[in-house]
Amino acid sequence: MKLLNYTTTYFSILLLVLISIWAVLFYYAMFDEIYDSLDDGLENQKMLVMQYAANNPAVLDKPKFNESGYTIKKVPFSEINNFKDQYRDTLMYMQNEEEFEPVRLLESVFKQDDEYYKIKIVTSMVEEDDQLHNLLIYLIVLYVVLLLSILLLNNVFLRNVWKPFYRLMAQLKTFNIEKDGNIEFQPTNIEEFSLLNTQVEKLLEKSKQRYNDQKQFIENAAHELQTPLAITINRIELVLEENDLKEQQAAKLVSALENLERLTRLNKSLLLLSKIDNNQFTAQEPVSIPKLIQKCVADFTDIAAHKNMAINVSEHSHLVIDINMDLAIVLFTNLIKNAVSHGKPGTKVSIEIDKTSVTVQNISEAKTLDTERLFSRFYKKDASSSSTGLGLAISKAIAEKYGYRLHYFYERDIQHFKVTF
Amino acid sequence: MKILIVEDEQDMLENIQESLEKEAYVVETASNYVQARDKIGVYSYDCILLDIGLPDGNGLDLLKETKKLGLRDSVIIVSAKDALDDKLQGLKLGADDYLPKPFHMAELNARIKAIVRRNQFEGKSDVEMGNLAVNPETRRVTIDTTEIDLNRKKFDVLLYLVSNKNRLVRKAALAEHVWGDRIDQADSFDFIYSQIKNLRKKLETNNADITIKSVYEMGYKLEVV
Repeated sequence: MKLLNYTTTYFSILLLVLISIWAVLFYYAMFDEIYDSLDDGLENQKMLVMQYAANNPAVLDKPKFNESGYTIKKVPFSEINNFKDQYRDTLMYMQNEEEFEPVRLLESVFKQDDEYYKIKIVTSMVEEDDQLHNLLIYLIVLYVVLLLSILLLNNVFLRNVWKPFYRLMAQLKTFNIEKDGNIEFQPTNIEEFSLLNTQVEKLLEKSKQRYNDQKQFIENAAHELQTPLAITINRIELVLEENDLKEQQAAKLVSALENLERLTRLNKSLLLLSKIDNNQFTAQEPVSIPKLIQKCVADFTDIAAHKNMAINVSEHSHLVIDINMDLAIVLFTNLIKNAVSHGKPGTKVSIEIDKTSVTVQNISEAKTLDTERLFSRFYKKDASSSSTGLGLAISKAIAEKYGYRLHYFYERDIQHFKVTF
Repeated sequence: MKILIVEDEQDMLENIQESLEKEAYVVETASNYVQARDKIGVYSYDCILLDIGLPDGNGLDLLKETKKLGLRDSVIIVSAKDALDDKLQGLKLGADDYLPKPFHMAELNARIKAIVRRNQFEGKSDVEMGNLAVNPETRRVTIDTTEIDLNRKKFDVLLYLVSNKNRLVRKAALAEHVWGDRIDQADSFDFIYSQIKNLRKKLETNNADITIKSVYEMGYKLEVV
């Protein structure tokens, strides 16, 4: 749930409670005021009637309300003893509405010419149920209008306010440290967003720095390893040339040498990977893929023949792509090498060159491979194998550098490695 | 044959020196830029092995200097930095070859021989061993006077062995030289063995008086019988 909607939900609940409480309070306060003002009016009218009665004693006997809205009745003293003015609500038949309606009534007594009179004055008043009904409707309208304005505020105004945040998020989503992406920070007056911007910027800078340091470190480390490796390998080669070695000693030295060479291959592969990562292959030229593949295949025909395998190239297209020549060779050599070395003896490796893709196919003992890890660095199906586990990772890195898709699939007992340009 | 090794790593220098002296070359050494510059200025060499990363200067500057002096010394750049730029720049400046570290001694031998041969005989001469003659330019192989037919890879194997005659050539070095460092699988050794077996058969049937001897099951040595 978006923060906006989240707060809106809470706000609308809070608003509902507040408005309800407010409505009750408002209702009582309003009626209090209405009664107060009606009662004042009744009091005033009583005094007017009394003044009028003083001059016109005829009104002193007025048993019905009729048009004037009051009655006067002579009462004995006993009835008015301790009498206090009474205001009360009552019902009275209204001609216009043709029904009984609530009225406010003042019942009071006064003395004129030593006689006591009881006076009742009425005035029409608000109908409470109507009033309640009206109040409810107005409150609902108020509530809805408030909610609509909040939503409008959120969607138009606040959305605008949050724009820098969403823009940053969109950029972070597509940010890729390996591709040396950049994020444009939008200046904002809102303190929180500006804080977010600075912190994210700092974090990214630090991560990029670390990432580059690490890339550089691998490259430097691989460089630094070359010379000691060279010295050691050559030393052992020279010792092996001394003719007085026993067979057993030689075997041990050869084993050491083989492992050093494995280390050398690993080192070279790492160096190549970090060079690809560090974008050190910038030169690019149009490369004829069929020609290149024929050349790569030529290097493997002897080895394939030794395994009683054949490599077939089907050229359905004269595909030419812009790529670094050295990287193109590595890309396809690794795929072909992979197919030949994992291929079952006696089967064939097929390479299909289409308009937009190259597929290398082979039949192997293994069934479907671990697609998740196949292209990851140092992944080896057989841990004891002398391969570096970097060949496919290098091909993948090259493909990614140029935006090609390299993927693997297993179909009809055949392993497929497909590069789509 | 006089060779100058310019290399700042003492161990590396000793290795190369020891290996080249087995080929009966006269080997001189320089372990820094100044020493190397002095030697190049005074003596002439058939071949200079030049390390690019020297403590007191860049090997490429030495290369420029030899060219400026109009020296005809062959230069092979040796570098731990397997950087394409260095290679291209070195070759552009007139180096004859570029060898990234680490390398096999057999490879260094083959490269030196190829360059010296190219520069001294302009490729016209055959390399001879026993009754075998190999011409690196025309790729013709003759035993006594019979020309024998070898495919491209087998010719490369033979030439490599001849370049390293009487020296131990490891299967790994041979494979790397002929098939590139792409074949590094364990089964490649088996494959090398079958290639050598074929070559041996060819030599035998044509009565060559040289033989490919197996050494410790890890390499070969070409010897005159």
